[in-house]
Amino acid sequence: MKRTVLYDTHVELGAKMVDFAGYLMPLVYSSITEEHQAVRQEAGLFDVSHMGEIRIVGSEASDLVDMLFTNNTRAMTANQVLYGMFCTPEGGVVDDLLVYKVNDQNFLLVVNAANIEKDLAWIHAHNTYDAHVLDESEQTSECALQGPKAQAMLQKTTSYDLDTLKFFTFEEMEILGQPCLVSRTGYTGEDGFEIYGSHETIHLIFETLLADHPTLKPCGLGCRDTLRFEVALPLYGHELSKTITPIEAGLGFAVSFAKKDFIGREALLKQKESKPTRRIVGLELLEKGVLREGYEVYANDALVGHVTTGYLSPSTGLSVAMALIDKPHDKKDTLLEVAIRKKRVKVKVRNKKFYEKHYNK
Amino acid sequence: MNIPKDLYYTETHEWVRIEDGFAYIGITDYAQDSLGEIVFIELPEENDQVTQFSEFAAIESVKAASDINAPLSGVVVTVNEELEDNPELLNEDPYENWIMKIEIEDKLELNKLLNAEEYAEVCE
Repeated sequence: MKRTVLYDTHVELGAKMVDFAGYLMPLVYSSITEEHQAVRQEAGLFDVSHMGEIRIVGSEASDLVDMLFTNNTRAMTANQVLYGMFCTPEGGVVDDLLVYKVNDQNFLLVVNAANIEKDLAWIHAHNTYDAHVLDESEQTSECALQGPKAQAMLQKTTSYDLDTLKFFTFEEMEILGQPCLVSRTGYTGEDGFEIYGSHETIHLIFETLLADHPTLKPCGLGCRDTLRFEVALPLYGHELSKTITPIEAGLGFAVSFAKKDFIGREALLKQKESKPTRRIVGLELLEKGVLREGYEVYANDALVGHVTTGYLSPSTGLSVAMALIDKPHDKKDTLLEVAIRKKRVKVKVRNKKFYEKHYNK
Repeated sequence: MNIPKDLYYTETHEWVRIEDGFAYIGITDYAQDSLGEIVFIELPEENDQVTQFSEFAAIESVKAASDINAPLSGVVVTVNEELEDNPELLNEDPYENWIMKIEIEDKLELNKLLNAEEYAEVCE
């Protein structure tokens, strides 16, 4: 089992550690709800060093990224970050990722920890360009500072004016005197930053931020999931997968058909034009209980889908879920049933954004 | 980890207290700590028949759903309805807040349960 540079810190902070994608990661330090509320109201600090970082460099780096990535990297300016996917020719998702454009010959791809090896193989298999693929995952650590107070806290560690760092852009800057890459991005629906650096640097930043800000809470994977869920951000393997396309997941904004060619374009365009037969929607439970991943959804006695993620939402108190539902049962206010253990409970189809995002755009 | 001496335990982290010939059943401190914040409990109903080592209730924490097994067989006499509105009581004091009271069917089943010392080893 791999450990991040912050392993000892997590244990000292009393974290419950769990296996996640081959890494021992903190699930929760105090309570998922407390950590969740800290991010919504003040700020939370996450160790996300398990994420993969893949660098693509070379005279044709841009061509390689553009062929693999669903979103339009050609339209990117330097220092921009863009969300999108790698898809198969059938439109299924290999991984969803962030692309950081340094310049036309240098891109940083931030991918899911569980998919690093698969992504590398996928990139290499399609690299017919003058481009080099470097796996920087092992030498890079990452932490995410998220929440309405994130900027004020981070500003105390850098002379760089964070007001000038716009949503979904990044800059190389010194944090606590150490070189870092900082982007105004995140996975919580709140304003915040993702900070990449050497192991020593991220260790220093993580411990210093916590020591300097009593209201800043260390946050585990538990609340990372409840936070992203409430604002309908997808998680690979749940709302997106080899068999669930970005069109079905409602992520068409991350698929650029303006691009002439990319892997999966034809299949996805066809699906978009003929309308997908199923899509990810929100469900609200009309009685007591909690909807969980994998639970089956029924219209009368016909199986019409399954829950992809579900929680008693900490910010809203609602018992809600995202679910992949066959048409025409996906329409707002449709009444359906979910099988929970031995019984059936009533749910209503609704918008999957359970909580409003608070980005600083 | 709090493991009171006067209770019987299961390997799946439930406890039993025998009082006035009835069995009071709940989850252990170890169970509530592993589950984390408990947000909902699906209780059995009065007069339900429960079977030793079979599921009789479900507890939802923020993170996941978990089955709770009956340490003994019998008929449910009372359920602790306070838990319906305040499931977090199981986190606050798992031994004070029993889940159900049952009429014991077969006292010999107690022989298949663990004492505090044996249960402590399960938790290590």
